[in-house]
Amino acid sequence: MAFPQPRPQAPQLPQHLLRTIDCQQGAVRAVRFNVDGNYLLSCGSDKSLKLWTVSRGTLLKTYSGHGYEVLDADGSYDNSQLCSCSSDKTVILWDVATGQVTRKLRGHAGKVNCVQFNEEATVILSGSIDGTVRCWDTRSRRFEPIQVLDEARDSISSLKVAQHELLTGSVDGRVRRYDLRMGQLHVDFIDSPITCVCFSQDGQCTLSSSLDSAVRLLDKSTGEMLGEYKGHKMKGYKLDCCLSSKDTHVLSCSEDGHVYCWDLVEGSLSLKLPVGKAVVQSLSFHPSETRLLTAMEGRVQVWGSEPEETMDDPTQT
Amino acid sequence: LATVNAAFSLNLILYFSSDEPLKKPIPLHEQTVKDEKGRYKRFHGAFTGGFSAGYFNTVGSKEGWTPSTFVSSRQQKAEKHNARPEDFMDEEDFSEHGIAPREITTSQEFSSGHRDETREKARAVNAQAALIPGDTLLEELIAPAQSSIGVELLRKMGWREGQGVGPRVKRKPRRQQPDNSTKLYGCAMPPAGSEESEDDEEEFAPENVTFAPKDVTPVDFTPRLGLQGLGYSGLDPGLALLGQGASEHINLFNPQSETRGQLFGDKQKHTRRGGVAGQAFGVGALEDDDEDIYHRDSMSRYDTVLGGEEPGDGLYGWTAPQQYTKRKDKNKDALYLGKILEGFTLAQKPAEEKTIFPPPILPRDYRPVHHFRPVIQVSRLSGVSPALAEALKSSRGHMTKDEPQQEGRHQLDSGQRRTLLGEETLQGPTSVMELLRPEDRERLQNIPLRPAGMSAGPSALSGVMSSSVQQQQQQQQQQQQEALTMWRGVQTSSQTFKPFEKNPSKQARYELYLNRLKQGDKDALEQSLDLGMTEWERSREREEFVRASILYRPSSSSLSSRFTRAKHQEDEDTVEVNRDQEGDVDDKQAAVKMKMFGKLTRETFEWHPDKLLCKRFNVPDPYPGSGVVGLPKVKRDKFSVFNFLTMTENRATPAPPKPAESGKKSRWDVSGQTEDEEEKKDPLSELLSAARNQTTETKLDQTSSPAVSTSVSSVQPRDSKHEVHCQK
Repeated sequence: MAFPQPRPQAPQLPQHLLRTIDCQQGAVRAVRFNVDGNYLLSCGSDKSLKLWTVSRGTLLKTYSGHGYEVLDADGSYDNSQLCSCSSDKTVILWDVATGQVTRKLRGHAGKVNCVQFNEEATVILSGSIDGTVRCWDTRSRRFEPIQVLDEARDSISSLKVAQHELLTGSVDGRVRRYDLRMGQLHVDFIDSPITCVCFSQDGQCTLSSSLDSAVRLLDKSTGEMLGEYKGHKMKGYKLDCCLSSKDTHVLSCSEDGHVYCWDLVEGSLSLKLPVGKAVVQSLSFHPSETRLLTAMEGRVQVWGSEPEETMDDPTQT
Repeated sequence: LATVNAAFSLNLILYFSSDEPLKKPIPLHEQTVKDEKGRYKRFHGAFTGGFSAGYFNTVGSKEGWTPSTFVSSRQQKAEKHNARPEDFMDEEDFSEHGIAPREITTSQEFSSGHRDETREKARAVNAQAALIPGDTLLEELIAPAQSSIGVELLRKMGWREGQGVGPRVKRKPRRQQPDNSTKLYGCAMPPAGSEESEDDEEEFAPENVTFAPKDVTPVDFTPRLGLQGLGYSGLDPGLALLGQGASEHINLFNPQSETRGQLFGDKQKHTRRGGVAGQAFGVGALEDDDEDIYHRDSMSRYDTVLGGEEPGDGLYGWTAPQQYTKRKDKNKDALYLGKILEGFTLAQKPAEEKTIFPPPILPRDYRPVHHFRPVIQVSRLSGVSPALAEALKSSRGHMTKDEPQQEGRHQLDSGQRRTLLGEETLQGPTSVMELLRPEDRERLQNIPLRPAGMSAGPSALSGVMSSSVQQQQQQQQQQQQEALTMWRGVQTSSQTFKPFEKNPSKQARYELYLNRLKQGDKDALEQSLDLGMTEWERSREREEFVRASILYRPSSSSLSSRFTRAKHQEDEDTVEVNRDQEGDVDDKQAAVKMKMFGKLTRETFEWHPDKLLCKRFNVPDPYPGSGVVGLPKVKRDKFSVFNFLTMTENRATPAPPKPAESGKKSRWDVSGQTEDEEEKKDPLSELLSAARNQTTETKLDQTSSPAVSTSVSSVQPRDSKHEVHCQK
């Protein structure tokens, strides 16, 4: 016996502002969800990294140890470790609970733009303005990277890891995908400096935003373009783009203070979320729910699909 | 000696104590002396008795005439016998009164003697504040009294216990605690034998009577052992046990006054006896008065008037005396503060007060922003008087001078920096231009003008194609001329760079060419070339020689003095170049413009991840056994002309429009260049690739199950491997 299929819901978009967190750490350079989306990390220009709860917006911990502004951060799969990179050319591995520096990895010749754990948090991958991606071993005591990927001719602006693949976007206008299992390097030429790259959730596509104010969805295996999303303004800043949790929408920061949200298949602009007057520095989409984080100036804003009624519940009970 | 005396006296006593009266005394020669063991002793010497010397009164020793200390040093040279003083002592010296007594005697501390009363007193004073008040008493019982030699001497000099040390004074000095009485309130003072009467007596003391100075209580430096704080005093035995009854007024500020007074030798005589006493305890057998049994309080015991008692110094009521009021004030302070801690005294001078100035009041329109005044360059202000310039300089400290020290270090040139650092000037010319000969310098200056003139000349003469050839020829000739002028007359053939070291014959030819150049031979080039070579080879060598001779021209001695030869000759003539060159960017840009992403913009390279990285990513190594990490590299000749001709080579091969056979490409059809290389060594490479495919196949067969391997296609070894792992 078969139940009738539920009517397909209209895809929800994070259009309601749930919370604004004033981070008190200068300009927020990047904002990231943790692995399950309950916590968020904010990278401040005052050299600190802060951990917050998404639900209440309470500050849990401040991680200080960087010598210059923190540019990117990532949490490990088990929430026990954090990694962050900074303009001081270092990558720091943090212990979440104690807030102590577990390891400080030096080796990059310039500021480190992006950092990412691999799936099991055994390797930290960091991309720097010196054009290299360094693979740091978190298991051993070695302070040299396992491997240095110096194929890029210009600064690495963004990198993502998915299973056995590493996706890097560089200012030389190329998206490189290192396939460890196959032992191959695929280079896609985009021409314009890449600001952000993403894997789709299904792992079939790559998303890349570039400074010609376009976000492109490419087929991973062939490199063919599946979609191009335009309308936003991305001319000079290194701004983030991402896909929604169910791969239904493409989101991108914009220099005009909005977050643009396109339908993935149709390519039509479905939401233009006004965040503020300044540039939307960074954004992060919740791994499972319809929830979005945006960073503008010193604030982090949490957006949801519907206004939160449960706000008052904890205070009443 | 002493024992002998003792024994002798014993004998005498025996002699005298015998009952019957002695008729005649024993003559001297019959008197006998025994030692402590009863053996007879013989006197040596006249009366007092000598001592036995040597061995049984012989001069020798037990060993005979040789002293026992003598050891022949022939065998035992190293062993040295150290004689101790004890070796030369006999048992008398070791006895009680000897030099080095070995018997147990009462030591100095336990020997009886006179007590050091002042020390004890000090300790007793201190013990008042101690936790257990009677501490010292116990010590007194145990420790025997002793007196030092100093006390003995003092006593001989007429000093007595309780007196101070020093010259005797005419008048008894003022009491050490003159304020004692002022501290007491109420009617505590016993009237009989009071100080006033004593003072009165002193007043009438005759002039010739002197008094010993008051004894000084030394400070006791025994450390506090308790955990109590500073100034803590335990239960006062004077209050608790001595039963200071109703007649004693409770003194707030000096509760220990009685015992303290006793210790300090106050003349106050208290009639109270020790022991537990009081109303509740009744009258003891030893107490003779029982007046307190039916104690009745009377108003006379209380103060009726507020205010201080008249102080004992008799200055009360004076209006003006400065020191009196001061003392009074100090006293009051002390009263106000309460008990002064043990070991502390009131400060003579009040603590210096710190004057704290209030911060200045800011004007209402003050903004805490500092605007830097513009730097005034006095040198530029032409009409400024020197006085004003000086004033500006001193007021702002911003006046810039034209001196180089004032400028930033980036404005300094190397010479100025050198003088600043105090370094010596380098030998040799300062400018490169000075190294050149004057004609060269002229030529250099004319260089910007030359190309225009040159291109204008030949192009007018002939057609476009021939002009370019001619231009080349002319250029070559000019270069030859240049080389000639450079090398002519150079005598030092010391160590020139050998560019063709790898090819000895070529190097020999090159050297021949250089030698001819040095001699000024005009057609040195043509003569030094090998006639057996082809025309093309010769023309190429000609060009190479001329270029090399210009490039590695003999440096003038002044310039070469600044350089030194490399310690390690770099033998590597090869550079590592990525094997797979990236395709042409222009084509890709065109493709991007046309939005034709895909084949045209996608390039795939063979990439070797590190073994450890694969392990960390839980991925099998795609190239097991290969030592390469990253993109595979190829060694190329460093000085090869073809290094710089790659562009034309790339142009020659068309941009790679790949046949759309599959989505993933095998690593053999990566780029045109590699294809070219493959083509060159065609039969060999085919063989190799076939063999490689076979080995991978066999490897797969070994590693995977046969069912899997049958499904694997043998064309794409990489993909097949991928599948195998997926299925695993």
